[in-house]
Amino acid sequence: MDIGGILIDALRASIGPVAAAYAVSAIGLNLQFGYTGLLNFGHVGFMLVGAYGMAITVDLGGSLWLGILVGILASVVLGLILGVPTLRLRADYLAIVTISAAEMLRLIVRSSWADPFTSSVFGIQQFAGAFFDLNPFDPGSPYGFGDFAFRGRQLWVMVVAWAIVGLAVLFTALLIKSPWGRIIRAIREDEDAVRSLGKNVFGYKLQSLMIGGALGGIGGMMLAIEQQNVFPNAFLPRVTFFLYVMVILGGAGTILGPVLGAIVFQFLFFFFDGVMVQAQAAGWFGEAIDATDAAQVKLMLVGIGLMALMAFRPQGILGNREEMLVGD
Amino acid sequence: MLFLMLAPLTAALAQDEGSAIKGRLEAIDGEERVAVAGVTIVVTQDGTDIGSAVSDEAGEWLVAVPGAGVYQVTLDVTTLPDGIALTDPDATALPEVAVREGQQKTVLFQLGPGAVSTVSSLERFVDLVVLGLKLGAIIAISAIGLSLIYGVTGLVNFAHGEMVALGAVIAFFFHVSVAGPEWPLWIAAIPAILLGAGLGGGQEVLLWRPLRRRGTGLIAMMVISIGLSFALRNLILILFKGEPRSFVDYAVQREVEFLGISTVPKNIVIILASVVILILVGLFLERTKTGTAMRAVADNKDLAESSGIDVNRVILTTWLVGGGLAAIGGIFLGVSEQLQFDMGFKLLLLIFAAVVLGGLGSAYGAMVGGFIVGLVVEVSTFWVDVEFKTAVGLGVLIVMLLLRPQGILGSRERIG
Repeated sequence: MDIGGILIDALRASIGPVAAAYAVSAIGLNLQFGYTGLLNFGHVGFMLVGAYGMAITVDLGGSLWLGILVGILASVVLGLILGVPTLRLRADYLAIVTISAAEMLRLIVRSSWADPFTSSVFGIQQFAGAFFDLNPFDPGSPYGFGDFAFRGRQLWVMVVAWAIVGLAVLFTALLIKSPWGRIIRAIREDEDAVRSLGKNVFGYKLQSLMIGGALGGIGGMMLAIEQQNVFPNAFLPRVTFFLYVMVILGGAGTILGPVLGAIVFQFLFFFFDGVMVQAQAAGWFGEAIDATDAAQVKLMLVGIGLMALMAFRPQGILGNREEMLVGD
Repeated sequence: MLFLMLAPLTAALAQDEGSAIKGRLEAIDGEERVAVAGVTIVVTQDGTDIGSAVSDEAGEWLVAVPGAGVYQVTLDVTTLPDGIALTDPDATALPEVAVREGQQKTVLFQLGPGAVSTVSSLERFVDLVVLGLKLGAIIAISAIGLSLIYGVTGLVNFAHGEMVALGAVIAFFFHVSVAGPEWPLWIAAIPAILLGAGLGGGQEVLLWRPLRRRGTGLIAMMVISIGLSFALRNLILILFKGEPRSFVDYAVQREVEFLGISTVPKNIVIILASVVILILVGLFLERTKTGTAMRAVADNKDLAESSGIDVNRVILTTWLVGGGLAAIGGIFLGVSEQLQFDMGFKLLLLIFAAVVLGGLGSAYGAMVGGFIVGLVVEVSTFWVDVEFKTAVGLGVLIVMLLLRPQGILGSRERIG
């Protein structure tokens, strides 16, 4: 087994643009779940409306920059639509509505009814030309050294993506340090106490859901631009699970937790993927597990990993137990 | 230019030795089988177009694929000849067709005589009501467990859908699988329901009770339940594989007249059996000591405990009952449609709509909500496109939350 090769692939994935896009989405989820205590089980829905909002705008003749604005707006509006009926109620209602809404949105964009706008299962391609036109690097030639050389196209995406991650970190850090941030953390700890101080708890929760949703939408757009492709199956419910694993792994309710979580998750995911694929190909599992099974075993372990993390170390790598909501 | 267009076609034909997806389109009309020509089939992989083919005079088609992987196969319904339609109008796409290296995978689209032209709109409406009652019965049976468990523990179990799917898959193992005993479905259902109940009880004893003892909060428990659902769904995928499959018994039935309605017997049996089961559940909750204890714990846990009720035992019983009912729901769903690894997750969204509509925590609410959601979802296809029927369920959910968040039968203090 080529452990060195697997390690290099996993490391490349953990600093790649996809990890950065997940990190931005995870920062949004962390604002909702980690800081405000909102149980958003449909974060992928925000990524979907962001990405589709952008791609459809460009497809209809708008510029990419207008598309990005539309995408952000779309995810904010989704937060509003889902938040208004649910945020006055117990936490589980938001979870129920978001998990359902995210899957519905995916079914709607892939339906034949939406086909004129979304090209149903095939999705929309080649909408981000304006972004790649700005590339200062030579798209074809490699930059970097040895196993960590990236083509100019990819390097450009990575530089911008991680810059966005940096901005998102800065933005949340400022938010959380502000009076607004103190209130949402107080809401997580004791909603009634905050209400008794005369604060509009519902309003703050709604704002947190919308801002976190916008960050989710930005993450979705980053994924779409990187691949120059948006299609329904990029937004399966599993993406939300991955984001939860990232947030909790890194440390929910910490500024850098979701970023660290995204990097570590991508590394572990691809490392394990490589090990499983090679072990399967080398016949370690005999006939019991074929190549597609190997991928699913990995996904199953992600689920078990999330359960174990939440049960045994809910504060993740960076969090402290006090900050993490353990006693409801 | 012509060469360019022909190239993929010749490649498809020349690649007889490589991996491919193929099939033969036949419309089944009673005893007769007719080949259907000129229908476009499109193969994609995660949204990328792999290739397409048009069925020939024998109804046969073949699309070459680059290698092993999971593909999506879609039948373009607009290319179907007049008078021929998919037996299940929802099944235009096979979302998970797994192909091994070098395999020529055969997939099947079930075609029959087009129903739309021959059936009057009143008959179609009545048909939809029957389908709605059947779906409603399945939702209701599956939803009771979720709602009761919520009632006694406060936990919304996001892995409940997988309990439904596991019920169906276990029955499939005893009924169809060559590794199993190949019993008739009604016998295979017995171990499936018992194992389903065991799965619920096992979860409680091995997972949820220790977590409660550690003082894990409800929000953390819901995140754990979503992890469990993800793990179980992939476990089912590994054991059952990606393709949808059917039970052998009751798969094909002729329509019969029943109370002036013509429908397949399995629909009537599912509806009637569900009503009986729901009545039994109601009697259990009202008339037995355990049932009364269950309602007491759901109403006020501390008061119940101080009046001598063994709360942990009641919770365990609830999980056993909920698990068994979920398995029954899964088996009915498998009889009524096809089995697929994510059938439980899809049903879960409708179960949620049902329990919120009826009132989270109330068993009767889950029953009422289940039937309403089932009816609304199916009957809505009378007006809206069939692709949107689940979206209608979500619409009901959101409207209900805006108007009356405690649901039809729920209590006010549960929601705030």
